[in-house]
Amino acid sequence: MSMCRLLALAALLAFAAGNTAAESPNLGKPISPSDLKAWDIFVMPDGTGLPPGSGTAAQGAPIFKQKCAPCHGENGEGGIAGQLIGGPPRATLDGGKTIANFYPYATTIFDYVRRAMPYTQPRSLTDAEVYALTAFLLARNKIIGETDSMDAQTLPKVKMPNRDGFITRFPDRI
Amino acid sequence: MRNKHRNAVGKSPRHEFVAGNGLIDRRALLGSGAALAGALGSAGALTSAAAEPLADGPWSLEVGAAIPPYQVPSPFETSVVRTVDNPNNEPRNSRARTPHHLLKGIITPNGLHFTICHGGVPNIDPAQHRLVIHGLVKRPLEFTLEALERYPMVSRVGFVECGGNSAPLFSNVALQENVQALHGLASCSEWTGVLLSTLLEETGIDPKAKWMIAEGADSPHLSRSVPLAKGLDDAMVAMYQNGERIQPGQGYPMRLWLPGYEGNMNVKFLRRIMLAEEPAMTYYESRTYAQILPNGKAYRFYFLQEVKSFISRPSPGLTLKEPGIYEITGVAYSGTGRIARVMVSADGGKSWAQAALQEPVLPKAFTRFRMPWRWDGGPAVLQSRAFDEAGNFQPTRAEFVAARGETSKPTSVLGFPSQHFNAITSWAVDPKGEVKHVYV
Repeated sequence: MSMCRLLALAALLAFAAGNTAAESPNLGKPISPSDLKAWDIFVMPDGTGLPPGSGTAAQGAPIFKQKCAPCHGENGEGGIAGQLIGGPPRATLDGGKTIANFYPYATTIFDYVRRAMPYTQPRSLTDAEVYALTAFLLARNKIIGETDSMDAQTLPKVKMPNRDGFITRFPDRI
Repeated sequence: MRNKHRNAVGKSPRHEFVAGNGLIDRRALLGSGAALAGALGSAGALTSAAAEPLADGPWSLEVGAAIPPYQVPSPFETSVVRTVDNPNNEPRNSRARTPHHLLKGIITPNGLHFTICHGGVPNIDPAQHRLVIHGLVKRPLEFTLEALERYPMVSRVGFVECGGNSAPLFSNVALQENVQALHGLASCSEWTGVLLSTLLEETGIDPKAKWMIAEGADSPHLSRSVPLAKGLDDAMVAMYQNGERIQPGQGYPMRLWLPGYEGNMNVKFLRRIMLAEEPAMTYYESRTYAQILPNGKAYRFYFLQEVKSFISRPSPGLTLKEPGIYEITGVAYSGTGRIARVMVSADGGKSWAQAALQEPVLPKAFTRFRMPWRWDGGPAVLQSRAFDEAGNFQPTRAEFVAARGETSKPTSVLGFPSQHFNAITSWAVDPKGEVKHVYV
C-alpha cells in the first residue's frame, strides 16, 4: 500500500471511529493504562516505556553469574545460548553477530531481557535487576564505563557502535 | 537395454519434447490423454511385466475398526512426519519442518505445518486469553476470543514461510540433505479470522501512527514491529487453520497473519498490538532478522518473502527406479502476489520449458506446478524457476550469492547463516537414479 493510500485510510478510520462503530459488533471492552500495566512492557529506542529504577555493572555481575552464565557461559562467551560478551569485530555469514558489533540500540537489551529472560523464568527479574544486567553487558562489551549507571535517562543515550550499519530493504513498504 | 531405450526415444514421434534432456510439453498433462498415453506407451512397453492373478486381502474378509472421533493418517503413513530439532525441549529454539517430498497439492495438513517456537509451545486457555489493541488509537480495546467469534470473518489461502527457510543454501558447499531439511520451513493453509482493519475501525487510529508492535503470550513474549500499512492492507487475526482452530504450534488461540511477510512477524499467541510512530527495534528485528551483506552492512525490515519455488519430486531420497516417464512437481509462491509461470529445466538451466500450473493459482499462496519428463537413464539436473505477476523472478544461486554472500565453510543444515534465500535449487539425477543437491 502506498503511503498516500495509507494516510487516506488512516484518516478515514480515524473519522469512522465513533461514527460507524455502532454498525460493527463493538464488543471490545475499553481498557485503561492502569489495567494494561502488567503487559505494557515495550521499550522504544527513544526510551519510551523504560520504567523507574537503575543499575550498574557491579550490581549486574552477580545476577549474571547466577541467572545467565549457565546458558551463556561464565564470561558471556556463549554456551547452549549465544555469546553476549566479546566476539569478532565484524559479523559475517559464518556468524558473530554480537552486542558490540551489531545491535543498533541499547534499549533492545533491556526490552528483550525483561520480556524473555531468564529462559526458564521470564518476567522474574525486577526492573532494577534488568537495568543492572543491561549495564553489565554494555560495560563488559566496552560500550559504557564500568561505573556508569543505566536508567530511563541514560540508557537511550548510549550510542551503539553499529547504529548506522543497516540498510532498509524495502523502504516503500514502510 | 538402457542404450537401446535411449536410441528408441530419439526416433519416437509420439513425444513432444519442449526442452533438453526429456522435458515433455506440459499439455501432455492437461487433459490431452492421447499425448500422455503416447508417452507412457513407449515407456510402458519397456518396463511393464504381466500382472499376477488377483486375490482378496485380509482386510476385505473381515469387519474394519470403529471410526475414531478424530481421524489420524493410516498406520502405513507413520513416516510422513515433521523433523524436529529439539525433541527434548532443551532451553533453546525448537523447529519442526514440513515433509514436502511426501505431500501433494497446495494445502499443508495441520499436523505437518512447520513450527518454530522460541520458548516451547504454550498451553493457553482460550477462555482466559485476551487481545489488547492500544497505543496511538482513539479507544484502547480488549477483545476476548468469544467476542472475536462474533465479528465478520474472512478465509484466505496463503503461505507462511520462515525468513530463514532455505538458509542451508547459503553454505558454500551444497549440503546433502532433502527438501524437508532445506525448504521445510514453509507451509500453506486456509486461514480464517477477523481482518485487523475491522478491529482498528473500532479502536480508531491516531494519524501519527505508522507502526504496530505485536506481542505474543508465549514465554519470550515474542514481539515484532510491523508497518501499519500492512496492518491495514491484508493483516488478519487468524483463529482457524484449514477449518479447525489453529494448532498450538501455529499460535492457538490466535495469531497475527501477514500474508507474504516473514514468518517471525506473524506473531503467534497474539495478545497485544500497540500502534506507534516508530518501530520498537525488538531483538528479532534488531539482531536475528537483519541480514549481513558482503559489504559489512546489514539489511533490516526485509519483511517480504520473495518469489520462490522448489521441486519436491523427484528430490533427494526419492530414487528413480528405472528410466521412463515421471512427473516433475513442486510448489511456487511469492509474497508479492500470484505466480505467473514456472519454468523447469532438466539440463541444469541450459534449456527451459513452461510447467503446467495447477488451479487454483492464488495470491501469496503455494501454487502447484507439474512438468512431464522422460528420464532416459542419463545424468540430469532438475531446476525450477518461478516468476510472479509483478515480474519478479528467482535469481540463479550464483547471481544471488554475488549480492548476498555465502559462508566460507560448510555449515550445519540446522544453521542460519542468513535469511531470505530465494534462488534456484538444483537436484542432480545420476545414472543410478539417485537424486543429490548440487550447485551449478
